[in-house]
Amino acid sequence: MLTIAGRKFRSRLFGGTGKFSSPEVMKEALAASGCEMVTVALRRVDLNNPADDIMSVLDRDRYLFLPNTSGARDAGEAIRLARLARASGGGEWLKLEVTPDPRTLLPDPIETFKATEELVREGFKVLPYINADPILALRLQDAGAVAVMPLGSPIGTNQGVLTRFQIEIIIAQAQVPVIVDAGLGAPSHVAEAMEMGADAVLVNTAIAVAGDPVRMARAFAMAVEAGRIAYEAGLGAVSKDAAPSSPEDGLGFLR
Amino acid sequence: MFTIPEFSALQDAVSRATEAEVLRALHSDRPGLAGLAALLSPAAEPHLAAMAKRSGVITSQRFGRTMQMYAPVYLSSFCANRCAYCGFSADNTIDRRVLTFAEAESEAMILHQRGFSHLLLVSGEAPAKVGVDYLEELALRLRDRFAALSIEVQPLATEEYARLFRAGITSVAVYQETYDRDIYKQVHLAGRKADFDYRLETPARAAAAGMREVGIGALLGLADWRAEGLALGLHLAWLRKHYWRTGLTVSFPRMRPAQGEFKPLAPVSERNLSQMIFALRMFDPDVGLYLSTREEARYRDGMIGLGPTRYSAGSCTAPGGYGLENAGGEQFEVGDNRSLAEVSAAIQKKGFDPVRKDWDAVFQTKEDRQQAA
Amino acid sequence: MKVFCNGEAQEIAPGMLVADYITQLGLDASSVVVECDGKILTREEYGSHALQDGSVLELIRFVGGG
Repeated sequence: MLTIAGRKFRSRLFGGTGKFSSPEVMKEALAASGCEMVTVALRRVDLNNPADDIMSVLDRDRYLFLPNTSGARDAGEAIRLARLARASGGGEWLKLEVTPDPRTLLPDPIETFKATEELVREGFKVLPYINADPILALRLQDAGAVAVMPLGSPIGTNQGVLTRFQIEIIIAQAQVPVIVDAGLGAPSHVAEAMEMGADAVLVNTAIAVAGDPVRMARAFAMAVEAGRIAYEAGLGAVSKDAAPSSPEDGLGFLR
Repeated sequence: MFTIPEFSALQDAVSRATEAEVLRALHSDRPGLAGLAALLSPAAEPHLAAMAKRSGVITSQRFGRTMQMYAPVYLSSFCANRCAYCGFSADNTIDRRVLTFAEAESEAMILHQRGFSHLLLVSGEAPAKVGVDYLEELALRLRDRFAALSIEVQPLATEEYARLFRAGITSVAVYQETYDRDIYKQVHLAGRKADFDYRLETPARAAAAGMREVGIGALLGLADWRAEGLALGLHLAWLRKHYWRTGLTVSFPRMRPAQGEFKPLAPVSERNLSQMIFALRMFDPDVGLYLSTREEARYRDGMIGLGPTRYSAGSCTAPGGYGLENAGGEQFEVGDNRSLAEVSAAIQKKGFDPVRKDWDAVFQTKEDRQQAA
Repeated sequence: MKVFCNGEAQEIAPGMLVADYITQLGLDASSVVVECDGKILTREEYGSHALQDGSVLELIRFVGGG
């Protein structure tokens, strides 16, 4: 079973709560996904529409809220958002995102690292969203991050696991769980990530904007499970040597 | 802390593999521990040539067509341990000596003139004769004349390794000898070395102290080599996870005749040794693999390009053996007596470049050097 | 007196408590977090913290996000 910072998760699919057409659809889709942790964002209350609290439809006993710091452009802003999230009853869990470039929303490794160091000191359970950089992943792990969240491809692009080579290295090296996040646009993409040995995946847009989000959530849940089982069962490798060598080829020197 | 499963469980794991599992591991980029077990198993033996080929391809990919050259300087043959298999064992009556700093420098300079810039400083385990103070002083004397200094001495504490690192020693080798607790107890009769777990934790201490490179190994001939291979894989994987900045190497010392007439408890053939080397190369493409002059010239020449990345040459295993009169008794008899020039020629003939230096300790942070000086 | 809440100037009764202000806006105090003049207030402080003329407030809550 997946364990992050001492907490156990039966499902290896984490959900997002953004971009759904209504709170009711979100609630039903998250239920269909089987996920136990959902990301949430922090925003100013709309004073013209103050009663619009879509998060109230979610059962906090069923879903662990993972507040993110979306919108933060540097470490200082991310830390401020993190403290607000904790004050909002978000607990210590935090998906740290620092995205200074509004065009790509790619994460800033330096600011992310600085913020991780500070937030770990303040007792947060930090899950940093990062580009798929293996050394950065290890540095964040050493700084106290409880998991790392490398991106499969830029957020919202639905391009799947373009960073496959680096994510393989991160999975091979990291001691903390590896959660592939962003760019996973189809169940086949999450199956691929899970087959590679990712500990979990996070999917939001692909479910929220599907024609039928509830059925799509189920499809993602099945793909995550299939990929995980395939990983545990041990995939057959793609053969590289087409011609088998003769049994003693090149070993004539042995005595 | 690193712990090792029961040896019988390791033996079980390396004996069960099917041919299908061997083939899967053979064609996998990351065979993992299950794949390593399969590659070490009897079922892999018919595929030794395919393993050699794959191991060779990976080695060339990761290390290029190079072979790093080094030579040992034996500093002392005094030893406080009683190890049934070792020529330096406290029980043996051999001529013991410990080199003075001047003598050690003179031995080192002989190797320098022969063209070595990577020295491995070796001693028996007698802290009273060759302790941290001795090693630190010697390293400070040698550091500016050599590109890299390694040690293979008694296990030390983390802070002691840190001191030696500041003095210019960048790599540490500590061999477990055997990962089989029962055999370990049986052959390590007395001395600090009788503590299996303290020794097992030593590579981690060296890595924690900041050493650039840490070497592990098993003395082949003591216990089931297949299970030792799997244990080495476990140890490597653990060190990689916990000390990702540290380069790792594995040595495969195979028992050679030594004073004391100890007969190998579990003989290892060249074929077995080769299988072990190929399997570990496929398991960990980046690990440095040593093949010392314990092995014969014919075998070492055959293995060039198939997995090993470090060769010694012209080695003498007695303190003072390169240039001093009255050299002490040797630890073991070497199997390849060729000079550096001869071994280099054999390496070049195979299309590889014998490299005499890699990292330059001169790049190490200046403050470290000043602090140590 | 005037306070600035989420970037908007608002006229309120002098000395109003944060708790009362939240209620006046029609918000459930358990669903929002209040940052007043750069300092995050705990829920317990809502009932005792009086707003000053010119106070800058941020009312924040969880919304959907990925």
